[in-house]
Amino acid sequence: MSTLPAARIYDGTRIPAPVPTILAIDPDAHVVDDILTVNFGPNHPSTHGVLRLVVDLDGESIAGIRAVIGYLHTGFEKTMEQKSWWKSIPYPARVDYVSFQANELVYVLAIEKLLGLEVPPKATWMRMCLAELTRIHSHLVWFGTSALEIGAITAWWYAFRERDMVLDLFEMVCGTRMHTRYFQAGGLAEDIPEGFFEQARAFCKRMPKAVDEYEGLLDKNAIWLQRTKGIGLLSAEDALALSQSGPIVRASGIDWDLRRDMPYLAYDEVDFEVPVYHGGDVYDRYKVRMDEMRESTRIIRQCLDRLETMRGEPWIADDRKVVLPPREELHTSMESLIHHFKIVTEGYTVPEGEVYVATESPRGECGCYLVSDGGPKPWRVKFRAPSFAALEATAACSRGAAIADLIAIVGSLDGVMGDVDR
Amino acid sequence: MTAAETTYAGVPGLVSTVSSFDELTLVVDPTRIVETCTHLRDEVGFNVLVDISATDYLGYADTEVAGYIGTPAGRDINAVGSQGPRRVPERKPHRFSVSYHLLRVADDPARVRVQAWIDEGDELDTVIAVWPGADWYEREVFDFFGIGFRNHPNLTRILMPEDWVGHPLRKDYPIGGEPVRFSGEE
Repeated sequence: MSTLPAARIYDGTRIPAPVPTILAIDPDAHVVDDILTVNFGPNHPSTHGVLRLVVDLDGESIAGIRAVIGYLHTGFEKTMEQKSWWKSIPYPARVDYVSFQANELVYVLAIEKLLGLEVPPKATWMRMCLAELTRIHSHLVWFGTSALEIGAITAWWYAFRERDMVLDLFEMVCGTRMHTRYFQAGGLAEDIPEGFFEQARAFCKRMPKAVDEYEGLLDKNAIWLQRTKGIGLLSAEDALALSQSGPIVRASGIDWDLRRDMPYLAYDEVDFEVPVYHGGDVYDRYKVRMDEMRESTRIIRQCLDRLETMRGEPWIADDRKVVLPPREELHTSMESLIHHFKIVTEGYTVPEGEVYVATESPRGECGCYLVSDGGPKPWRVKFRAPSFAALEATAACSRGAAIADLIAIVGSLDGVMGDVDR
Repeated sequence: MTAAETTYAGVPGLVSTVSSFDELTLVVDPTRIVETCTHLRDEVGFNVLVDISATDYLGYADTEVAGYIGTPAGRDINAVGSQGPRRVPERKPHRFSVSYHLLRVADDPARVRVQAWIDEGDELDTVIAVWPGADWYEREVFDFFGIGFRNHPNLTRILMPEDWVGHPLRKDYPIGGEPVRFSGEE
């Protein structure tokens, strides 16, 4: 399934040595070659958040680059160690605030793996539906902001029009537009609301046309093409060596998608294509994301078809030691009241052990490594953040690039700083 | 011997294999980590280093676990719980575990966790030469746990400020103990 490409993006490796993430220059070059060191950020409007780049410029081309991160470090992993399993579920969504449900999903899946909890099919399919909506949401934000950064302002307005429709669906499902906390260990927090299917179907009808519109805006735009084609090259070998994943490796010619190659949820039961491009440049990363939005729409349609046959089925596992009892039972059943009280105050305990669960988030492999000591609080939570890995490739991608292209390159790697710094 | 154990039987430095939750963990000799990783990359085909995570087991299994109850002074994990029988988890051999999560991107994808156990003050060799992507992951482990990596060309703090004291994800690092900056009372 995943084969390295026949066409070579460049020969050899462009990963800097000895430090793979820093393009270093000879210190004497500052005097001899008239090198100018420029600081970008951390509060630069085009760095997608608080990323600081220290760039050594030789004229207009980049001779050296170093990324400085950590400005948004919030200590999520430490905080989650202090909360019960149940109370720590809202945190992952805040880690990557653009693809919130993808992070929530991976954390909940990891807890369920430790618990050995069976999830009802309705919850699995709804999770898949929302995970794909999140992918569209994340790609729309990426598309709007990245195009904006290199001057295509119109794209932003088009992208955020459809983004709002996605957020409307999230609001319908759980009451908030972002940071939904809709996934519970065991299933979903609530049943699928009335009217969701109709609105989601309307969105699915619109989305393919909208993607055509986006491509219509940019694909024949000479400025866009010149600023993205052949820029920020990363070969397949270098991408794997630098731990890249998701759209970045697919743009470099690696046919790899966790949803298809190591399926989770019910991805082995839906029909979708994995877009692969072979240029390894900014343009191909854009094309991969555009195609992924179309494929996500296809998956959502199949999820809706399946979910509509499941009306009335349970949306959360019937395990009273982990899952809150139904609200109405609290008035009639003493046991339910006790269980409710226990779960909310003490939290449930999770068997001892360690697991690593990986999902294909919009940015690539989003993993969660959990260690439990058998108690009600996680002993260790670690997120494998795809953005963190993506920014490691900044130096390899911007080797010899013009300074004006740096913004396009960093944008195409799609690092969300909340996810990078955690 | 299972099929998985046969595949990894020739891995240099292998101490034991643990299989739990459908995941395979190779516990390896920390002094031979580069040799182990090179073998896994070249002979077994693990071409991607997905993640490096460390865990601090200080205080692990010192107390029994079975839920906790709230008291006016806060939550006390030592208080008698009521969820299931109380028991003490098994002790870990050393204070820190460093887990390398590997992935094989190929027609036969596979994952494995390579785990090295070390004590405070021990260092590991860097695996940058095996997977260049290890650079930031090792810096992150150093920053949060104070675990050193020999021969790392740029082992500095990555997410915490450069002048930060202490390693926040260690279990003996206090919660809420740090002074609030810019509070107007300095």
